[in-house]
Amino acid sequence: MNRVLIFGASSAIVEATARHFATAGDALFLVGRSRAKLDSVADDLQVRGADRTEIAILDAGDVDGQKEVIAQALECLGGVDIAIIGYGILPDQASADADPELVRQTLEINAVSTVCLMARLAMILERAGSGALAVISSVAGDRGRASNYLYGASKATIDHYAEGLRCRLSGSGVRVVTIKPGLVDTPMTADFAKGALWARPETVAKRIYAGLLSGPEVLYVPWFWRWIMLGLRMIPERIFKRLPL
Amino acid sequence: MGAHDTPVEILRWRCGEIPGGDDRPPHVLPYGNGRSYGDVCLNDQGGVIDCRGLDRFISFDPSAGLLRCEAGVLVADILDLIVPRGWFLPVVPGTRWITVGGAIANDIHGKNHHRVGTIGCHVQRLELLRCDGIRRVCSRDENPDWFRATVGGLGLTGVITWAEIRLKRIPGIDIDCESIRFERPADFFALAEESDRSFEYTVAWVDALKTGKGAGRGLFFRGNHGDQAAATASAGRPEAKGFSRLPRVRVVTRPAVRAFNELYYRRQIRKRRRYKSGYRPFFFPLDAIGGWNRLYGPGGLLQYQFVVPMADAEDVVSEVLALAARSSSTPFLSVLKVFGDRQSPGLLSFPSAGATMALDFPHLGDATLKLLDGFDRLVGAAGGSIYPAKDARMPAAVFNQCFPGWHEMVPYLDPGISSSFWRRVTGSSV
Repeated sequence: MNRVLIFGASSAIVEATARHFATAGDALFLVGRSRAKLDSVADDLQVRGADRTEIAILDAGDVDGQKEVIAQALECLGGVDIAIIGYGILPDQASADADPELVRQTLEINAVSTVCLMARLAMILERAGSGALAVISSVAGDRGRASNYLYGASKATIDHYAEGLRCRLSGSGVRVVTIKPGLVDTPMTADFAKGALWARPETVAKRIYAGLLSGPEVLYVPWFWRWIMLGLRMIPERIFKRLPL
Repeated sequence: MGAHDTPVEILRWRCGEIPGGDDRPPHVLPYGNGRSYGDVCLNDQGGVIDCRGLDRFISFDPSAGLLRCEAGVLVADILDLIVPRGWFLPVVPGTRWITVGGAIANDIHGKNHHRVGTIGCHVQRLELLRCDGIRRVCSRDENPDWFRATVGGLGLTGVITWAEIRLKRIPGIDIDCESIRFERPADFFALAEESDRSFEYTVAWVDALKTGKGAGRGLFFRGNHGDQAAATASAGRPEAKGFSRLPRVRVVTRPAVRAFNELYYRRQIRKRRRYKSGYRPFFFPLDAIGGWNRLYGPGGLLQYQFVVPMADAEDVVSEVLALAARSSSTPFLSVLKVFGDRQSPGLLSFPSAGATMALDFPHLGDATLKLLDGFDRLVGAAGGSIYPAKDARMPAAVFNQCFPGWHEMVPYLDPGISSSFWRRVTGSSV
């Protein structure tokens, strides 16, 4: 049985991933902003077979509150084997271009709050000498594009931090898994026109669940994004900046 | 029909309001998994509320067999959860890919209608969310009039957010089945009468292309839940792979169906065959062929399902088969079953005591529509009814005749909700 601590438990990808843990009979501690939503998720996971489910309310921007919630989770679960960070906001780039406040808010939630949480969780897992810390980043972090560079920059922060953390913790028994979803049909992307590259949260979740405990620690989901992004990264800047991406 | 152009809003939390707010079209329609054959799940002049995100279980009491879940949960998900624990849904339709909300809104029936009635008979409670934000928990005791209007209410009374269903204990996960060949409709009715006493599930396939001697021949399937332990049962084996990318080419042609029917009828040499079946192939044979509807070609298919009282059932079935066999439209899968007399709580519920028959036709335009108009006359003369969940063409006059009580629905209709079906059969503009 794994003891799983989840931040952003009501996000579509994370909820779908949590169902795999529940079916496997794991113990789950769910953190999110809305009690009503967390309650619905927790009840569902309990019925699906979770050993136990507990919830705690925390706003994604509340960095100081993280300590208390983590302490609560440790006490409740008796330790943590897997920690998943899955919250984030997707700002509209055009709005952000004219609104530095939105820029700050995005970086505070997607980058500052997430990285602080990673630091806290890394200490705990390092002490335990085992387990996995997974963070949901995005393919958008791989390169800055005109349509999405604020979101991309916030995710690139996570990527960079996770990469360094992975180096620090290599040999400690702790995995640091960067999850890079491509286009996923979730409430976050409800207003986008969907095409052939779009994946369902359940499809993505299956791969995330399988990739958390073994395999490569940078996980593109679905798999083909690894190659799409590799191609994009190889385009020279002088050409890249002219592309309508 | 313009399903792809219809604005879609997603409802993902049962604690949430119906989405869209002030931007919401003048009327929307709750949408489940879209498996209804006709336009009860379409709203071509408004929007739809996609309820598939309401896919959470709420509670399951494995000792009492009581399940509460959100309305977007699929029958498939419920069975995956409860079957290994010795429970089954009291009523399942011919596919696992429908939502609980859709099952209730269409008050679906299954192969055990003669014993247990429709799904509505087993729904204990449900919550109804209206476009104005008002919520009502409905049951036989609480808001019973709303319960009556919502079960079989085609989604028109509001969004069903969750429901509580009383489950059925099963001794094992396989089905002990028999299939029996019959030569004519009269034999079917004799078999049905005999079998309905000792078998929980009964249904028959009819060779709708056979004329002359053997017209109305078919295979009668009957089964009971067996008591095999789960570990040895065949339902645990992986399922056949679906063919979701079937080409949209009409394979359902007269020679092909004639050959299929001949082979299918002769698949057993003996008159009676006994076998064990996993529950999936027994209840959901078409689910093994993902995208089977594409075999009907680019025009799609029309299904016609009616029920007629027993007094005239044999005559109507024989006449429908004779009309179908003579028509240029080729019926493919034709299914026959006897309904029991258990009354559903639903005001607009379709099943009633008598015989029900469902026939699939490739939609070939006027020829097919004329044929179905002919069926309407036979069914109407016998005092029968037509199943809204399968219908895409019944005229308002026919609906009026089939569901004379539909006006009783009016006070319960949500003014923010409508469907293509409802506008068509009631002749209303919204």
